[in-house]
Amino acid sequence: MTWETMMGLEVHLQLATESKIFSGSSTQFGAPPNVQADAVDLGMPGMLPVLNEEAVRFAVKFGLGIGARIGRRSIFDRKNYFYPDLPKGYQISQFFSPIVCEGVFEVPMEDGSLLPIRITRAHLEEDAGKSVHDIFNQESGIDLNRAGTPLLEIVTEPDFRSAEQAVAYLKALHSLVTYLGISDGNMAEGSMRCDINISLRRTGSDVLGTRTEIKNVNSFRFVERAIHSEVERQSDILDSGGSITQETRLYDAERDETRSMRSKEVANDYRYFPEPDLLPIEIDEAYIEAVRASLPELPAAKRARFVSEYELSDYDAALLVPDHATAAFFEEVVSLGGAAKPAANWILGDLSGALNRADLTIESSPVSAEALAGLIGRIEDGTLSSKLAKQVFDGLWQGEGATDEIIAKRGLKQVSDTGALAQLVDDVIAANPDQVAQYLAADEAKQKKLSGFFVGQIMKASQGQANPKLLNELLIKKLNDQS
Amino acid sequence: MVDSAVLHASVSELHGMLTQRQISSEELTQAFLERIDLLNGKLNAVVTVCAEQALNDARRADKRLSRGKATMLTGIPLLHKDIFCTQGIRTTCGSRMLEQFIPAYDATVVAKLKTAGVVMLGKCNMDEFAMGSSNETSFFGTVKNPWDTQCVPGGSSGGSAAALAAGMATLVTGTDTGGSIRQPASLCGITGLKPTYGRVSRLGIIAFASSLDQAGPMARSAADCAHMLTAMSGLDAGDSTSADLAVPDFFSELSGDVAGLRIGLPREYFNDDLDSSVRAQVMSALSQLEKAGAQLIDIDLPHSHYAIATYYVLAPAEASANLARYDGVRFGYRCADPADLEDLYLRSRSEGFGEEVQRRILVGTYALSAGFYDAYFNKAQQVRRVITDDFRKAFQSVDVIAGPSAPGIAFRFGAKQQDPIAMYMEDIYTLAVNLAGLPGLSAPAGLINGMPVGLQLIGKPFEESTILNAAHRLQLDTDWHLARPPIEEWQP
Repeated sequence: MTWETMMGLEVHLQLATESKIFSGSSTQFGAPPNVQADAVDLGMPGMLPVLNEEAVRFAVKFGLGIGARIGRRSIFDRKNYFYPDLPKGYQISQFFSPIVCEGVFEVPMEDGSLLPIRITRAHLEEDAGKSVHDIFNQESGIDLNRAGTPLLEIVTEPDFRSAEQAVAYLKALHSLVTYLGISDGNMAEGSMRCDINISLRRTGSDVLGTRTEIKNVNSFRFVERAIHSEVERQSDILDSGGSITQETRLYDAERDETRSMRSKEVANDYRYFPEPDLLPIEIDEAYIEAVRASLPELPAAKRARFVSEYELSDYDAALLVPDHATAAFFEEVVSLGGAAKPAANWILGDLSGALNRADLTIESSPVSAEALAGLIGRIEDGTLSSKLAKQVFDGLWQGEGATDEIIAKRGLKQVSDTGALAQLVDDVIAANPDQVAQYLAADEAKQKKLSGFFVGQIMKASQGQANPKLLNELLIKKLNDQS
Repeated sequence: MVDSAVLHASVSELHGMLTQRQISSEELTQAFLERIDLLNGKLNAVVTVCAEQALNDARRADKRLSRGKATMLTGIPLLHKDIFCTQGIRTTCGSRMLEQFIPAYDATVVAKLKTAGVVMLGKCNMDEFAMGSSNETSFFGTVKNPWDTQCVPGGSSGGSAAALAAGMATLVTGTDTGGSIRQPASLCGITGLKPTYGRVSRLGIIAFASSLDQAGPMARSAADCAHMLTAMSGLDAGDSTSADLAVPDFFSELSGDVAGLRIGLPREYFNDDLDSSVRAQVMSALSQLEKAGAQLIDIDLPHSHYAIATYYVLAPAEASANLARYDGVRFGYRCADPADLEDLYLRSRSEGFGEEVQRRILVGTYALSAGFYDAYFNKAQQVRRVITDDFRKAFQSVDVIAGPSAPGIAFRFGAKQQDPIAMYMEDIYTLAVNLAGLPGLSAPAGLINGMPVGLQLIGKPFEESTILNAAHRLQLDTDWHLARPPIEEWQP
């Protein structure tokens, strides 16, 4: 039996507002427990929520960023349930009328195609606190620093058919929200948390199967692995004639399996009703237009522009754009005179390799955009061969100064003096009569291959500094002269 | 020794005495503290007395008075309903759940009155979480009506009303979710105003039903209520539902002129169900206003009879969520030795909440449950709009709507305790005003068998001045509001 995987994602995105969604407490990550929880966050008697307008603006930014319809009148609701890290006994959320309504998000796939994913809705809500079970002997601790952090819950239709699509969506979402500046999207710190709804159906059928929900998966890699293992589990059950139980499951990364959550929430009834302590959020056209005008260039537009303006390949553009800082670095290199294609190659190649090895981000790169532009300039003007350029790059990385200083200090200038090169060519030809004879006897295709041997010898003799273009010209001419 | 007349004096009289140095706030405060000491054992109207702090506040007020920087309320002794959070002072809301709760903050109302210079004497008893119409649900025991200690004072602001009637303070605060200021004001013979929803900040007031709760003044006269309302009102950035409207000086708006004032009498209030003696007193008050130039006009509020059902779906529904925070985890009552989380929740809430509170949590939870939401909560929301619309239409032809504040005079303890519906009927004339968010007041309209009865006046949104002015006219022309309970007779 073949099964088709149907998946929808719910992403809880922490919005990067300075203060919480309904109180003035800071939202900084990593503070000691409960120092960022005021009377509102603690749910103290008589305390009232006051909406942080920045959170509304961020939600509208997101809605416009994916081209969704903005709810002109969205309403907060109370979602009622008891849990120790939920101070009020209800979470303020949006159930009936969300702020962001339906939209379509186009996810760039690795093959350059765009995968349209239907966004059902995105709504504002407050985060809960954290229960800590492993610090106190026999007792649980509650940390309410996170309680009240603004969340945007982004819900998709069941449009994903593979783990790869789901991960591509999450990466594109991450890119979008960091471009919008509405979240740091840090999955490890819980700024972006993902729930996955998975069901299988018989290929060709249009009846949805019973779904399970995998909660709180916190990295791209785990999303991929969780999906693979859950799909395998479900198809094993279905193949052997069993049926799927609708339930919430947790992904255990250590065992690489999903398992049923202890069902503390048997048939939860959240008893949603409109939050009487808050007014509806009324959003008019002028507000939407003002937010729209404040939007930065978004990833999709930037990809297209990189292709048209810098004549980059779709592939390069797709690699440069997702990380806002990388794209900015690229444009800075180009604006400082670095040619676009080599700039892209250096950034995506040697620079990102070095950064990864050193565990640095591009913002803290030891090689500045200016330095890289200088290096590329010296390649373009023929001063450096690509081989020498790698040595200069190493010098730049080590902080030995600017490109020209390193060239001088390390004596890396390319030999472009025809006289000196001619002497090197002559010497190598003289020292290798057998190879010369072979060369002369070969056909054109073979000759090309054999010339490599001479180039290598000459490069070696010049300690890599021979200008390869000039060298080639001289060599071919002189070899042909031998006949 | 201070003349006991000051215990029943008005704000204006006391302000005159204070500014002319005939009496100091400290002496006044001392006199009220002694009065509380003398009578509270019998009335149980006050649950917390803050003698030391009150005297400090009074001395500070005296300095302010001597510098000539006093407001009308500077140095005037006041009691707060124990639903208002008071920084550093226990705030119980009449519940075992909060028996030991000491807030770290003042309610906006408390802070505003403090700024105006009032002296807080302490906190008043009340029905638990403001749920009740007789003050019989308080964890701290019933409050006695000073007019007859066999009778209830009304509720939920029963402690406030009884304390004021007994001369334990010049001013008291109350809150009114379905009648909790007006009904006890009626039963204790004082003037009490529920302002328009949004007029007074709810921040720091322990929530019962957020879309209905409103704090207001309770005092000896409409004039005193006006002074107090001016100090209590105004936009509060901390309460999103507070109104962004200028606050008038309500006292200076009391012209006493009611000529041409159109007063609507809903047929649904003055029908055959109305007790004839209550009708007689209410009509006698209204005819006073008519004599002063007001017109009495029969009107219809056709959906009035849905008010109780609507209220008793919506208020418990909101309460069921508002009271979820009392879970034994962070503050408030926690049961002994919980076996696990479930046990902690179950026993903390079962032991910490009284019967009426638990009943309303259950009712509210039910009304919001899957499968019942549309039939109950949603339907009630719709009817609420219909009821609001009734008032809107009626106010196209009248300026004020009048009726009784309560169906009768104070009843005996236990008389309605076993019958929740009979108890809920106590608020039959007041509930709709909360559902519509309108201002309403109760002013004394004489005695029936020696017990007070109130006239209710309902105004258009944010037109508290109109109903205060009508009550003020009544109080210029009658002395019902000056009647005092026969306390001296039962004094030791």
